[in-house]
Amino acid sequence: MSTDLINLNAPAIDVRGLVKTYGDNEVLKGIDLSVHPGEVVCVIGPSGSGKSTLLRSVNLLERPTGGEVLIEGIDITDPDVDIDRVRTRIGMVFQSFNLFPHMSVLGNLTIAQRQVKKRGKAESEKVAKAMLERVGMAHKADAYPAQLSGGQQQRVAIARALCMNPDMMLFDEPTSALDPELVGEVLQVMRTLADEGMTMMVVTHEMGFAREVGSRLIFMDGGHILEEGDPREVLANPQHQRTKDFLARVL
Amino acid sequence: MALRRTQKQRLYRYAVYAVLIAIVVWIVVSTNWAKIGPLFFNPAIAAKMLPAIITTGLVNTIWFTAVAFAGGLVLGVLLALLKMSSIGPFRWIATAWIELFRGLPAVLTIFAIAFIVPIASGVPGQKLGGPVVLGLIGLILVASAYMAETIRAGLQAVPKGQTEAARSLGMSPMKTTFWIVVPQGFRIIIPPLTNEFVLLLKDTSLLFIAGAFIWSKELTTFARDATTQNSNATPLIMAAILYLIVTIPLTRFTAWLERRMARER
Repeated sequence: MSTDLINLNAPAIDVRGLVKTYGDNEVLKGIDLSVHPGEVVCVIGPSGSGKSTLLRSVNLLERPTGGEVLIEGIDITDPDVDIDRVRTRIGMVFQSFNLFPHMSVLGNLTIAQRQVKKRGKAESEKVAKAMLERVGMAHKADAYPAQLSGGQQQRVAIARALCMNPDMMLFDEPTSALDPELVGEVLQVMRTLADEGMTMMVVTHEMGFAREVGSRLIFMDGGHILEEGDPREVLANPQHQRTKDFLARVL
Repeated sequence: MALRRTQKQRLYRYAVYAVLIAIVVWIVVSTNWAKIGPLFFNPAIAAKMLPAIITTGLVNTIWFTAVAFAGGLVLGVLLALLKMSSIGPFRWIATAWIELFRGLPAVLTIFAIAFIVPIASGVPGQKLGGPVVLGLIGLILVASAYMAETIRAGLQAVPKGQTEAARSLGMSPMKTTFWIVVPQGFRIIIPPLTNEFVLLLKDTSLLFIAGAFIWSKELTTFARDATTQNSNATPLIMAAILYLIVTIPLTRFTAWLERRMARER
């Protein structure tokens, strides 16, 4: 797969008729969703609504049961696609950070650069330090994950994803595992990323972030997209009764 | 006046000590030291054993243990990965292997490799490497089966999020296993692997069944032969002490590691 196959006019993420079942349990019941370059799409909904499964399907951590997922025009559900190659263009940030505990911060940020991007030691460390600078963690390059607070770990995790120079970033409830006073520093980093034009898909419970940073808000329930639109509109004036009930509970 | 609870407990403890001391005294007094001393703790024979019991016996034991451990570890990692494979036949082969060599007494496996394989294959044992190599192959097979289960448990104890993070960065399954899962899994299994090492150290005493040259006797065989030649059990006592000199620091090391890891959690 060479870069000239990437269709730059295509949506960054194009999900078509996505279905995911676990045994008899249908988690996603036909999702259609396009995310265009530069968009910040926030996905909200009650637990079990399928929002995390949808996000994880976008980089194939979950293999769809049916439908297609196109990344920059390439259908990644095609078994012939080199998924490792596609994944370098999609940064992923997890609820539980998932830093590699046996490596220093610098090791966390250089391992994939060296093993996947085949960058040299000096170059990968230079990139790593630049990304740590971006998330305000340059002073902790030699620390180990266990020595960092949750907020610091998550900022390092974001820097780790940025080191691969992704075209888009996926965030799976990035602040849900954090103590309340640490949520702000992570959201601030994400906000900066969004301002710089990063394409983002964010599963979150942070309605404030969705309202202020999101270019589109999606409300999911029971494996469907129930409502979508401008975040301020949806939050201020939800159309669907389920959306109203959900927002009444979380706001 | 009724005793307070703490006093009662203290009294009980003293009673236990008294019984234990009585037992030790009884053993010491009733032992026929005049007879046992020269037979088991004979300084002249002990002097005669040195330094060969160390330079041959102990050194061979440690060498054989190291070789069997290294071989078992490599095979064990392979078996553990096969057992976790999504491909059925790979899993079946690994399961059959592990069940077979864990289910048989080690001495029978060593015997089978050293004698049955040469007969069955029609290739004389000498051409297959002789008793030392064949015996060690048997021991490696036994070690690999035990270690495979330990290693599998360790690898599976690495959280799934670690694999997901590595794969999300574009790392292949192979690179993820090598750089992320295996290093963390091994940290978890260092204590149980040290135990395997101690068990293996003692199991080298079974290598005698494959046959031994004068230069290839490990500690137990060396001591047993010397005991027969001298009609005196002092070499066996020396061997026992030498085993403990090696194994006790290892088990202490394991306990220390386990305490340290418990603190880090």
